Amino acid sequence: MAATEQRSYVGAPVPRKEDARLLTGQGTFVDNLSRPGMLHAVIVRSPHAHARIVGIDTSRAAAAEGVVAVYTGEDLKSEWQAGLPCFWPVSEDIVMPTHWPLALDKARYAGDGVAVVVAETRALAKDAAELVDVSYEVLPAVVDIEEALADGAPLVHDEAAGNRCYTWSLAAGEVEKEFADAAVTVSERYRQQRLIPAAMEPRALLVDVMPATGDVTVYSSTQIPHIMRTAFTLVLGIPEAKVRVVAPDVGGGFGSKVEVYAEDMIVVPIARRLGRPVKWVEERSEACLATIHGRDVVQHIELAATAEGKIRAVRVRLKAAMGSYLQAVTPGVPLLGAWLYGGCYDLAAYDFLCTGVFTTTTPTDAYRGAGRPEATYAIERAIDALARKVGKDPVEIRRLNFIEEFPFTLASGLEVDAGDFHAALDRALEILDYDTVRKEQAERRASGATRQLGVGFSTYIEMCGLAPSRILGALNYGGGGWESMSIRCLPTGTVQIVSGTTPHGQGHATTFAQIVADKLGVDFDDVEFLFGDTAVSPTGFDTYGSRSLPVGGVALWHASEKVVAKAKAIAAHTLEAAEDDLEYAGGRFAVRGTDRGMTVKECAFAAWHAHNLPDGMEPGLEAQHVYDPPNFSWPSGCHIALVEVDTQTGAVFLDRYVAVDDVGRVVNPLVVDGQVHGGIAQGVAQALWEEAVYDSDGNLATGSLLSYLVPSAAELPSYETDRTETPSPTNPLGVKGVGETGAIASTPAVINAVIDALAPYGITDMDMPASPERVWRALQEVAK
Amino acid sequence: MIPARFDYEVAGSVEEAVRLLGESDDAKLLAGGHSLLPLMRLRFAQPSLLVDIGRLSDLAYVRDAGDRVAIGALTRHHDLTTSDLLARACPLLAFTAGQVGDPQVRHRGTIGGSVAHGDPASDLPAALLALDAELVATGPGGERTIPAADFFRGFLETALAPQELLTEIRVPKLGGGSAYVKFNRRAQDWATVAVAVAVTNGGARVALANMGPTPLRATAVEAALAGGAGLDEAAAAAAEGTSPPSDTNGSADYRRHLATVLTRRALEKALPA
Amino acid sequence: MRRISFTVNGAAREVDVEPRELLVYVLRERLGLTGTNVGCDTSSCGSCTVLVSGESVKSCTMLGVQADGLDVTTIEGLATGGALHPVQQAFHEHHGLQCGFCTPGMVLASVSLLAETPSPSEAEIREALEGNLCRCTGYHNIVRAVQAAASA
Ligand SMILES: Cc1cc2nc3c(=O)[nH]c(=O)nc-3n(C[C@H](O)[C@H](O)[C@H](O)COP(=O)(O)OP(=O)(O)OC[C@H]3O[C@@H](n4cnc5c(N)ncnc54)[C@H](O)[C@@H]3O)c2cc1C
Ligand code: FES
Ligand code: FES
Repeated sequence: MAATEQRSYVGAPVPRKEDARLLTGQGTFVDNLSRPGMLHAVIVRSPHAHARIVGIDTSRAAAAEGVVAVYTGEDLKSEWQAGLPCFWPVSEDIVMPTHWPLALDKARYAGDGVAVVVAETRALAKDAAELVDVSYEVLPAVVDIEEALADGAPLVHDEAAGNRCYTWSLAAGEVEKEFADAAVTVSERYRQQRLIPAAMEPRALLVDVMPATGDVTVYSSTQIPHIMRTAFTLVLGIPEAKVRVVAPDVGGGFGSKVEVYAEDMIVVPIARRLGRPVKWVEERSEACLATIHGRDVVQHIELAATAEGKIRAVRVRLKAAMGSYLQAVTPGVPLLGAWLYGGCYDLAAYDFLCTGVFTTTTPTDAYRGAGRPEATYAIERAIDALARKVGKDPVEIRRLNFIEEFPFTLASGLEVDAGDFHAALDRALEILDYDTVRKEQAERRASGATRQLGVGFSTYIEMCGLAPSRILGALNYGGGGWESMSIRCLPTGTVQIVSGTTPHGQGHATTFAQIVADKLGVDFDDVEFLFGDTAVSPTGFDTYGSRSLPVGGVALWHASEKVVAKAKAIAAHTLEAAEDDLEYAGGRFAVRGTDRGMTVKECAFAAWHAHNLPDGMEPGLEAQHVYDPPNFSWPSGCHIALVEVDTQTGAVFLDRYVAVDDVGRVVNPLVVDGQVHGGIAQGVAQALWEEAVYDSDGNLATGSLLSYLVPSAAELPSYETDRTETPSPTNPLGVKGVGETGAIASTPAVINAVIDALAPYGITDMDMPASPERVWRALQEVAK
Repeated sequence: MIPARFDYEVAGSVEEAVRLLGESDDAKLLAGGHSLLPLMRLRFAQPSLLVDIGRLSDLAYVRDAGDRVAIGALTRHHDLTTSDLLARACPLLAFTAGQVGDPQVRHRGTIGGSVAHGDPASDLPAALLALDAELVATGPGGERTIPAADFFRGFLETALAPQELLTEIRVPKLGGGSAYVKFNRRAQDWATVAVAVAVTNGGARVALANMGPTPLRATAVEAALAGGAGLDEAAAAAAEGTSPPSDTNGSADYRRHLATVLTRRALEKALPA
Repeated sequence: MRRISFTVNGAAREVDVEPRELLVYVLRERLGLTGTNVGCDTSSCGSCTVLVSGESVKSCTMLGVQADGLDVTTIEGLATGGALHPVQQAFHEHHGLQCGFCTPGMVLASVSLLAETPSPSEAEIREALEGNLCRCTGYHNIVRAVQAAASA
């Protein structure tokens, strides 16, 4: 390649570097790892949602074949300086009960750990776990948010009166006046059912110890090795420098691995006590109980609008289930959507209030989208309700309300940097062929066809790329939102990226290499990506909240700039030219008007041998950059679902799905499309299949992949995707986040489509998931 | 995910299997393992001895037996779906086998295991009821033939004696139409409700899956049809006498409703207009 | 313990196993073939799919002792002579994997499908993968990959 030719990996659909090992069975998922002398831990869990622990007899288990130790919470209590951390005490009034890794007094959800068995093999540990004899005094369970708030409800924590965890509010503008003056108001109540994240790899831990030095290495299926390392210090008091956390290949997370879990704080002390490596691997039905759940929110949303349907104000009241304890950011999840209940619409006033509620259920926390799917669902359904009230088409009402100028300060207070909502809607309608679809729908309605057609829209905006540290601080969040990236040029020309983000499927090794290869003009194959090991990458804030590219990728861009700047100084010195006389392209500095030049690779070599560097320059060509974004990232777009509803059985079929997203500049369209596809599938699954159901005793009725209906390829269509692009002006790459858009946008599109299909029957509401029985019942109800 | 400990023996013949079954109170036959192992993995079943009949390859066949098709109990679902003979002579069974679980399940699970397990939500038992199949069992006292109608006794309970093996299933060659309509929420799942219809000289036989503790004949539908009722009217009787379960896939009420809708659809497919 | 002899990825193997050991654990823990994953405990996810006598099977739903004398192919045995199998290659080119956890099972289920149905329609591909769950890809690119492999 000629040195002056501008390379362009960025923007190209480069197949992933990660694939080779994953496709050939060489992935390093935690359960694939082992250590000599490794023991296996199995947690004994409460079968009751709420029960006082009267006594635990471990003697039979301790005497069983192969058992090395059995511990209860009392046995391990001395190891815990604090309970499991919750990093987000959102308000002054928040109640944060201590969350011991093993229950000491009461079990507060079915699955709460009460003891742990350690044995020579997994099978023997399982066998012995059945022999741990726990006597419980069963207490009444409370699984429903509103029942938990009712007078006389069983208390999950004595210190949380009325099961209230916190209230948090946000208001701007003259909401009362807008509602008083409104020609039209809409008042809707929605339920965000409880969801199980169900990453395909269940959680796993392998803890290795070096008794002589006190060093602990934790291999964990986690999204947050850096944050976890800090947590070991907070909870166990182990000096941070003595803990190494490794997140090897991680089989999906979706938020469920942005956690510090009980098992982390159980297995580490055990391994330290026993002086042997200990592995713990979660089984799926165990995961359904013991890994965080998502959503579980009751939403009340009201719109005040003009007679023609121009929204003036939005008022929102949420009741959000925390579950039994506060996990990493449990209370903050509703806040992540708190600014977005006005959607991409131009309003004058805004009022949001959320109450956090304890129930005797698995703790909830951030699940893909976290707060934003809830907000998007509410406003996108409410605007359809408004459209029905004022007699407008869903497209028309959206156009009437769209924000059109950027940057735009939302009524809720944050500034949206860029977008073009009409463009995405236009393109989506074109792909769908809206008129034809409406024609077909009309025909089916006229003929009374069994299968009715429905079209549903979701024009969304979301805030991601967590996040400006100052804003997080103002919200009382316990950490920062910056990201750290380093670039190291090795003497012979390969380049290492040392990443603070921790991918688990998102393809950073590929996209980040694309950015660096372009900036440094090196071969894509010469860029190595190092991540997920605190010994290799000591600083970072990890991967969640669609932050890796808009924060980490931008840090990487800046780090590359620093490398290029230093290389330029070296080149100028070596070539005996002024820096101003150098032109940089394709990884080569050329002295203007000559054929003399020097590549970054050559600069790296010169920086390494350091024989002839400018006076005072440090040898080596490497740079770190820590980037704290000035704003959130604001992806937006338009998703349209086309469904068929079998009006006899109630079955819903997703026929087509159109998604037009604006995620800013795209580094790798293959990867971006993949993120969108996966998000769509998860959001559609919420709309149609998935629901964690508890019975009134607090038993999880959907405790496995048999009953918790994660859809397969057979239930889903191909997706018709396209993009519009308004580059983010707040970062030099022009990128926005993409990891959550699909999950945020898709759920309301599908439910709006189901309601549209059933409109002729007078149906205007549909709970999720829109199961065949729910649809059938709705039809029965209106037939009465 | 790990079964409790058990002993394991491979049976080299039907006789040996029968003998081995007699050696322990809670011995269990292991065919494809696709009903038994899932139960054992969760420790819902903890037999002390497994008698593996999976290697009795002489019990894996689909054979022409005059007016019937004879199927060895160890024939896998997959082999039913790909059998030319079944496709011609009893397409209902070939099609129904293709509705079981997923390809991996069909590569291991057997018709004998499916029938002997007696799960009311299973597909093949309903089809066999509609077909009025004969089930051949071999025990210490020799062989006997049990009509499908007498085979399913209760939830996961069949007419097989503890030491008996199911060896063959015989289904009639179908002259008339047939249909199997399965309703589930994901393709891999068991039926929320399913309906099998087989039309023979004697009229239409209709059977239901997951509408009670056993697979059931929808006798009210059959009687209505025999009495000359139209399809709508006949199908409306589908839930009569059933006691469907309620679970996260549907309440009993919903299942009753589904039974009528699916029966209507199955009848329409099976009965030429 | 029982001794079983079987062929794994073309090589004859003999191992002692407890009857209760599931094939997936025999492969992972006795033979060190950790490419085959465990994603559930109800035979629902397909992560553990291997080929037994060339046909897809969930190795969590088979005992190791049941594999005695049989021929098993795991994901480690699919690429030959350093070249990816066409299905693996297609998954790579079409971005049919993200976290990669479902991938070994997804690939082997696809190989089994193409052996039985060399030119499947999109609907047939989707139906044939009904027993394999993926939480990352939304299946779109997996289906593309199988289509591409079929016409390769
Ligand atoms: C993920 C999954 C999905 C499934 N989905 C469906 C579905 O949609 N529809 C459906 O119908 N089924 C479904 N099944 C069950 C499947 O059809 C089983 O294969 C079948 O029910 C059992 O056959 P088997 O050969 O595997 O029996 P096994 O599991 O080996 O045995 C089952 C029972 O029958 C006994 N038994 C086996 N063979 C005989 C015999 N010859 N004589 C006497 N007793 C015997 C055993 O002792 C045991 O009690 C599914 C299974 C799985 C794992
Ligand atoms: S692990 Fe075998 S199907 Fe899930
Ligand atoms: S790629 Fe992650 S589960 Fe399929």
